[in-house]
Amino acid sequence: MTPRALRQQLHGTGLRLRTGPIVTSIRSRLDAVVDGISLHYAGHAVEDATAFADFSVSVERPAGLRRWISPQVVFSIDGDASFAPLPGDQGFPMLEWGLNWCVSSHCHQFLVVHAAVLERGGKALLLPAPSGSGKSTLCAALAFNGWRVLSDELALLDPRQGHAVALPRPISLKNESIDLIRAFAPQATFGPVVHETLKGNVAHLRPPPDAVARADEPAFPAWLVAPRFSASAEARLDPMPKARAFMGLVSSAFNYNVHGRAGFRALARLVDDADCYEFSYHRLDDAVRIFDRFG
Amino acid sequence: MNAESSLDLVRLSLRDPDCVREFSASSWERLIRQARSAGLLARLAALLDERALLASVPAGPAAHFLAGRTLASAQQEEVRREVTHIADALRSLSLPLILLKGTAYLLAGLPASLGRTFSDVDVLVPKNRLAEAEAALMLAGWATTHHSDYDQRYYRRWMHELPPLQHIRRQTLLDVHHAILPDTARLKPPSYKLIEAAEPLDGHPGLSVLSPADMVLHSMAHLFHNEEMSNGLRDLSDLDLLLRHFGARPGFWEQLVERSKELDLERPLYYGLRQTQAILDTPVPTTALATSNGAAPRWPLRGVMDLLWAHALRSPHRTARRPMTGMALFALYVRAHWLRMPPVQLACHLAVKATRRKA
Repeated sequence: MTPRALRQQLHGTGLRLRTGPIVTSIRSRLDAVVDGISLHYAGHAVEDATAFADFSVSVERPAGLRRWISPQVVFSIDGDASFAPLPGDQGFPMLEWGLNWCVSSHCHQFLVVHAAVLERGGKALLLPAPSGSGKSTLCAALAFNGWRVLSDELALLDPRQGHAVALPRPISLKNESIDLIRAFAPQATFGPVVHETLKGNVAHLRPPPDAVARADEPAFPAWLVAPRFSASAEARLDPMPKARAFMGLVSSAFNYNVHGRAGFRALARLVDDADCYEFSYHRLDDAVRIFDRFG
Repeated sequence: MNAESSLDLVRLSLRDPDCVREFSASSWERLIRQARSAGLLARLAALLDERALLASVPAGPAAHFLAGRTLASAQQEEVRREVTHIADALRSLSLPLILLKGTAYLLAGLPASLGRTFSDVDVLVPKNRLAEAEAALMLAGWATTHHSDYDQRYYRRWMHELPPLQHIRRQTLLDVHHAILPDTARLKPPSYKLIEAAEPLDGHPGLSVLSPADMVLHSMAHLFHNEEMSNGLRDLSDLDLLLRHFGARPGFWEQLVERSKELDLERPLYYGLRQTQAILDTPVPTTALATSNGAAPRWPLRGVMDLLWAHALRSPHRTARRPMTGMALFALYVRAHWLRMPPVQLACHLAVKATRRKA
């Protein structure tokens, strides 16, 4: 798709962007959003105007004075502004957060877990962790070192079969992680750093080509690793008791309550079938080396 | 704006589920968005399933039906669990405990619980036992939610229910009613008649539901007195399913009309029968319609009200809005307040609401 056609669709009736199982119709007249999409979603499929879109969203300047005086951006789903506006330069991060919200609050056909998912040799590695644990950093490092990334943020688990479905989207990095990954994976393509967001400084990283090309290949979780970034400790991989792994997954799941007994069974089977570890690290080299031993 | 641009496909599919056979991808997209915003994804999925149409829904919309059904069944499971907890908490009082609205449809296994979504549980207890019930519920972990003195007084002195209770551990919401309309409202259905006629719930000792006619009349009184119509189409669909179900029982329609007089609910019955029939094609016998027409407002109000309901009982999604929908919703908001309180009291209430800071 030419940059001109892309801009026309974003300005007009909406760009129908496919990310794994989800098609979102996106509208925006903001340059930062148009540029962000053309950079980060360059390899993604765009559906034609007659295809079914799961969500219809926009990122725009609000009407009125805030268009001109300390400008803001507003994310709307189906025409309703569901979130508080953000400062004017945060259009692209806001789109990404909004898309995450669409999936985590509506896609109950999946058990949605706050976790990064990567795959190697047909088996999936799940990195569930609260924000700030270094999950996305680790995910980015592995994504450029032999692993295929399915998602850096949202694990879409099929509650019946148990496999993880890929949702290839830009990887979001915060604060120190940005320079860390720039140095560690020089081949990675970064978008501009956006300063002083709710999560600090944020930069997005274009997903590697194989992550996008192989989006329709699901994988069964074989390893569950709870990462923890620790400036002092040497890298350590310790087996984690299954019960603790299970409770960690429950607290990371967005819609565990929605799946009732089926959700319990799915997560119980996941921790039964997967090798579960706790992992603390502070050097990415060590991390990549240790994960190389998997599989 | 042409007619096509405000087409409400949820309304159409509730009325005639077979119409989805002809849907294009863009119609499906419109239906899913409108149904999601009306809280009717799971209801539609259930109705399509009943007619064996669900299997032929394309994969895109089918995923949303599955998501909606998963959410609705989780909520239903939760409501069943809550009802057990509530019954346990109130058992020692041995008071008549009557389930209302969706909670009643679900526990009584009525078709109106098909794909029904929930935000709270509704029960009714006799007014003279309200304090005991509240105390027992507090002991079991339910705490009041509206903390300003004004709100507490508003509910306790004027309304037909306690301020909503929330369970401190499970975060679930519970509305404890002692009547089906506010004490200050124009219409005054006497609660003792409802309680006398309530029917025990099979398999749940100590729990009852309203008799079929009362259940239908309550549903109508609730919908056609409501200030806020975001669940309006869902409530109308509940009513449609209730009428189709009970309407097949011999003598139901005569009872319904008779009962509306005893309960001072003839006007809501008129609106209920007329609008379900007009909007969802609910089968209503002509004699029942003719009798209830006697309670219709006079011309020209009659025509105006038809227009207002036609504009308001739609999916709240913006693609289903007609040019006059905003005005209709505002008019119904004002009307609901007008019916709820005498004018002077209403003026004072609105003044308090307008001037106080947001809690």
